[in-house]
Amino acid sequence: MSLVFVETDESGEVALTSAEALTFARTNADVLAGSVLEAAVIGTLTESAHNQLAVLGVDRIHHLESADLEAYSATAWAQALVDIAPETGTVLASGTPRGMELMAHVAVRTGERMAANVVAADEEGLLRQVLGGAAFERLQLGGDLQVLTLAGHACKPEETTPTTPEILTHSPESAAEDLRTRVVRTEVETDADNDTSGLTQARAVVGAGRGVGSENGFGEVLELVDHLGGALGVSRVVTGLGWRPHSEQVGQTGSRITPDVYIACGISGAIQHMAGIEGAKTLIAINTDEESTMVQRADYAIIGDLHEVVGAVNEEIRSRRG
Amino acid sequence: MASIPTQASVVVVGAGIVGNSLVHHLAELGWRDIVQVDKGPLPNPGGSTGHASNFIFPVDHSREITDLTLDSVRQYKELGVFTQSGGFEVARTQERMQELRRRMASAKAWGIESHLVTPEEVVEKVPFLDPSVIVGAFWTPTVGVVDSVGAGTMMRESAQNKGALTVSPNTEVTGIDVENGAIARVHTTKGPIETEKILIACGVWSPRIAAMAGAAIPLTPAVHQMISVGPVPQLAEQTGEISFPIVRDMDTFCYERQHGSDMEIGSYAHRAILHEPDEIPSIEAAKLSPTEMPFTDDDFDPQLEQALELMPDVLSNPDVEIRYAINGLLSLTPDGAPILGESPEVKGLWSAAAVWVKEGPGVGRAVAEWMTNGCPEVDVQGADIARFHPHQRTREHVRARTSEAFIKTYGIVHPGEQWNSDRNVRLSPMHEREKELGAVFFEVAGWERPQWYASNAPLLEEFGERVMDRTAEWDSRWWSPIINAEHLALRERAGLVDLSSFVIFDVFGPAALDAVQSIVLAQMDVGIGRVVYTPVLDETGGFRSDLTIMRLAHDRFRVVTGAAHGMVDVKWFADRLPGTGAQITDLTSSWTTIGLWGPRARDILSQVTNADVSHERFKFGTARTIEVGSLQVLASRISYVGDLGWELYIPMETGLRLWDVLTEAGTEHGLVPVGLGVYGTTGRIEKGYRAFGAELDSDRSVIEVGMARPKVKSQGFVGRDAHLRHREEDPKAILCSLTVDDHTSASGEKRYMLGGEPIRSQDGQPLIDGHGHHAFVTSAGSAPSLGKHVLMAFLPPAEAVLGNQLTVVYMEEAYPVTVASIDATPLFDPSNENIRR
Amino acid sequence: MDILVCIKRIPDIAGQITLDGSGTDIDDAGLGHTTSAHEECAVELAIQTAAATGGKVTVLTLGPAEAVEQLRAAVGVGANDGILIEAEDSGAFGTEDIAQVIGDVIRDRTEGGQNFDLVLLGNDAADTGDFQVPIRLAYDLGYPVLTSISTFSPAGGPVIEARGIGPSGTEIFSLELPAVVAVQEGGVDPRYPSITGRMKAKKARIAEYVAPEPGAGNPRIGLELPPDTANEVTILGEGPDAAGALVDVLEEIGVIRS
Repeated sequence: MSLVFVETDESGEVALTSAEALTFARTNADVLAGSVLEAAVIGTLTESAHNQLAVLGVDRIHHLESADLEAYSATAWAQALVDIAPETGTVLASGTPRGMELMAHVAVRTGERMAANVVAADEEGLLRQVLGGAAFERLQLGGDLQVLTLAGHACKPEETTPTTPEILTHSPESAAEDLRTRVVRTEVETDADNDTSGLTQARAVVGAGRGVGSENGFGEVLELVDHLGGALGVSRVVTGLGWRPHSEQVGQTGSRITPDVYIACGISGAIQHMAGIEGAKTLIAINTDEESTMVQRADYAIIGDLHEVVGAVNEEIRSRRG
Repeated sequence: MASIPTQASVVVVGAGIVGNSLVHHLAELGWRDIVQVDKGPLPNPGGSTGHASNFIFPVDHSREITDLTLDSVRQYKELGVFTQSGGFEVARTQERMQELRRRMASAKAWGIESHLVTPEEVVEKVPFLDPSVIVGAFWTPTVGVVDSVGAGTMMRESAQNKGALTVSPNTEVTGIDVENGAIARVHTTKGPIETEKILIACGVWSPRIAAMAGAAIPLTPAVHQMISVGPVPQLAEQTGEISFPIVRDMDTFCYERQHGSDMEIGSYAHRAILHEPDEIPSIEAAKLSPTEMPFTDDDFDPQLEQALELMPDVLSNPDVEIRYAINGLLSLTPDGAPILGESPEVKGLWSAAAVWVKEGPGVGRAVAEWMTNGCPEVDVQGADIARFHPHQRTREHVRARTSEAFIKTYGIVHPGEQWNSDRNVRLSPMHEREKELGAVFFEVAGWERPQWYASNAPLLEEFGERVMDRTAEWDSRWWSPIINAEHLALRERAGLVDLSSFVIFDVFGPAALDAVQSIVLAQMDVGIGRVVYTPVLDETGGFRSDLTIMRLAHDRFRVVTGAAHGMVDVKWFADRLPGTGAQITDLTSSWTTIGLWGPRARDILSQVTNADVSHERFKFGTARTIEVGSLQVLASRISYVGDLGWELYIPMETGLRLWDVLTEAGTEHGLVPVGLGVYGTTGRIEKGYRAFGAELDSDRSVIEVGMARPKVKSQGFVGRDAHLRHREEDPKAILCSLTVDDHTSASGEKRYMLGGEPIRSQDGQPLIDGHGHHAFVTSAGSAPSLGKHVLMAFLPPAEAVLGNQLTVVYMEEAYPVTVASIDATPLFDPSNENIRR
Repeated sequence: MDILVCIKRIPDIAGQITLDGSGTDIDDAGLGHTTSAHEECAVELAIQTAAATGGKVTVLTLGPAEAVEQLRAAVGVGANDGILIEAEDSGAFGTEDIAQVIGDVIRDRTEGGQNFDLVLLGNDAADTGDFQVPIRLAYDLGYPVLTSISTFSPAGGPVIEARGIGPSGTEIFSLELPAVVAVQEGGVDPRYPSITGRMKAKKARIAEYVAPEPGAGNPRIGLELPPDTANEVTILGEGPDAAGALVDVLEEIGVIRS
């Protein structure tokens, strides 16, 4: 049996990353010893989420809702998952910060090992991303229960013949010890410096690297962002130099993004950055170096100075608009 | 994928400062269809230029390097990328102050404005320097910084604008085809290019590219550590990249150079950290650029402490952070000189490697001229790639010597200083005997050559005051009064000299005479058995070499030349033989040479041979084979020490036997073994004999050195037209011998010049010749027979007057000198009676 | 507040890597070494907090003898001292082993009178990316634990207020000390070392332990490099002239605002 921890967004929809995890669990059911696919939803279970879980092939939904679980507490949530986890099989979450944290707690509490950022599973064991995506590690966890997180975009969500999942409702009470550390409040209206939601949700992201030259060199790039109604994403060098806030950083230690188009301007394509843009549907590179990783990995490229090219692109967009 | 031309007149590999300068100058000189490739992107492909500190101190002890630097500065200025900042070389010790006084000599000799200044004067310009740490400084106002990447871009574009150049970045050379010993094709990641010439200017990668053609460019990538700290408030207040002079902290082998609001600190003090060209990371695998290797903190920590001592106010500020730190790669060569010119191993493979930013544009011009005209305008013979002997091209030798040399980058290097590493490579057959005699060995071209013999110490007593002993430590370092004692013993009795290091090669074949005639200045259509000493000129009439040639047969000439420059001579001759019907064969390792000279030389030789070696039957300037016991010896009656005697050539394996036979026979005549200290300096200098590399180089004409013969042969030879023109012109300078009249320094100690010092008028004014060169000492040495210290120098013709009273400046003190010879007339034995007795 | 920061020596990779002969590790010849960005931020947070509260910062690493370079680097930016738990082959240690070895050393220090109010780690190591050591360590010590924390500040008494980015905004936690916190990059800008800092680092006191043999061990079987995915890039042109072609592509995708 496989139990997948499912995250939902504010409107109660199943998160894309959780859909990926469910698809991975279903399509690898044989090697994960997970012929029955269970989903665990903590908090509100909307009609829409229910339907989504059905088309993702979920056999059983654990709906956990209680006062103790209302505010996020990793220990309380993890214990709730442990209580419904199978004795053999797999517990899986997507590789989000929350998924990582919960699975680590689950692993300790079940006395099992855990594999983070798994990308594939077969008879020889698991394959997971290490070194920021520069390499894969093959490993075997052993044990009765495999505790995993799935690397972002390692698997495309796939719908299947809809199931009619059975819903098991739980109202767990948590031990006082497990409630010691929990979210005391959430600041939704955060200062812009910490808000990454624009970046992760944008359909078009314009990326800028050291090639912009200076803190004041973002003019053309920001105009393009505006034309596309998109977001600006930057490389780690740019935040390291203090040119832009960390919330705009894309990559291994920044945001992992999934736009329809990513336009990389003056970014050579360090592994750490590429790890964050794997989910982009179309990759466009503007770079002076035709041999750069970014150009080689792109769908489309323009060879040239980013300021000149982006300036001309803005000009072109303005003129077509008339 | 962008395409690349399939044909090129030359493929230039590398788009750093050297490659960019080369394509510019080649285009200027009329080259077209040049293709320049670099495996990296533009404008900074990731080589050493990209992380260079980009500052230029013009004064170097080497005149060749100084000339290239000055030309480079001119070019940087024309491109508008030179910012003058001034520079201090500060001394923390008295020993360093002496070195800075010696540096003043080089500055004056090359005509560069520099001054010695007090710590307080340094602080006036660099207020954040602690004056109590230093004892003085060497100030050069013309020091400055350049934008080497910007300059390179402009030079590349100038060639492109002429339609002469196709640039292909991100293009790696993957192979080189050599056909019949010559470059045929260069393979790249963008396709093959048919070409007869490849010019390798890719710095630390150069050996890797050359190896693809089976050739050696003997350099090694080595680490130079650099950090950048900032922001420094004292610097941030100023505008622009540089507003304070650069400081070289000579005793700690470090420099501090302002870069905007940051201070860059570089070091040459750490252990030598060498890398292999094949192991430099690829662009893809490198964190920064391939030549910006990971910083190793431990190696740099001592330098931080020293930098902090020198600039405490700036560097102890906790807000001043180390923001960038690299182990930057640069190229080092076994002898420290660049590697320029066409490889002797593969026709059409040219090198312009191991060049610093300060020399880049100058090297570009020189090598472009060389490729175009056969020789560059400035003398770069010390950097000729052909100079390397086979063992000097090995990885082991390169690593050993560069490891030893690294610390000398800012070190105090005595002109006579010897290497410790990779010694005992080439040993003469007499080596064991020489060791028994307590020989002190100096090394040239791998050969261990006795400089003097401890066994001759008793001669010091015999000659007493005449050995002209020196008390100053610097003057007597790498020197012994025994040299002068050996000299006097040779002049009075006889000396035996091991000359095994000669480079010897034969030119032979039906057209040998025509071939040799066409290469050298002297008439070679002489009788068999004649020995001819001759200049070898380049197209401009400058010296390419000077050497002796024996005509051994109607179709065979034996060329004998010095070890240091011999490999270049071999290539010079070999390059001019194809198609003539003459061939060349190198016999250096087959023959050893023993010199026997002095008034008793004939007595000794006649005692061991039945041949008639009388003056009448064995004339000066002739050679023939004689029997010495069971040995066949090619005896050549010439002399570089200016005395009666012979060079005795014999097969290497019989050398020891001949040495023993002569030693035994010589005992009763007072024969002593004599080192190269006599052969190379004292013997020749009192005879006014010129030495290649000191008095003779490509900047000097035959006329200026006083070696013109009454007639010029009618047969054509390289440089003949220029030579004829020189004969018609008034010389721009005249090589003179001068004697030092008083050696007493201000402290009362007698001082002896070692060479390189400026010659000035009595009132201290510089003497500038018709080339614009300042007068300086080209050779210096004792003339024990005269009891004088003799200097050689090129003087402006008006000053080249016998008896003219001038001064030589040594360690910033002036000593009176007198012009003693203005036309190669020997000071000792002017009528050469000793030779012809 | 006395803080322990656990850091890890990792190869400083940028692009292509190669594997060593065993196939279980990367070939780090020619590579520099560093610590992960998360850990750099953890060190910075620790230094700021210690300075604000009058405490001390100790850095700890489990690794080869050379890992002392990373400890000294942390001292160079302001940590007070270091602890090296030497393990020749630290790759043989699993997350359980690492947590236990660190836990044992912390208990040993406590017995010796050195108490840590807070134990910081990076969210995950940039090389192995296990995401487990902080949590396993917390269980081993019996401390509460938070992960993905960007900043924190003292909140009176033995409590800190910690902030991290959650799915719907910045989440604020109240955390009782002693505790374990795993730091996520982005809350603070790690400082560079000063020259005086670096010189202090050189002389820093480094306590040394020898790691016991790993118990659970590392489940790694081997490493594999991602295949060179053949990708056909369409070059739209060079320089500004290609702008039109690019706008065509953007129009086709439909991302240009009308």
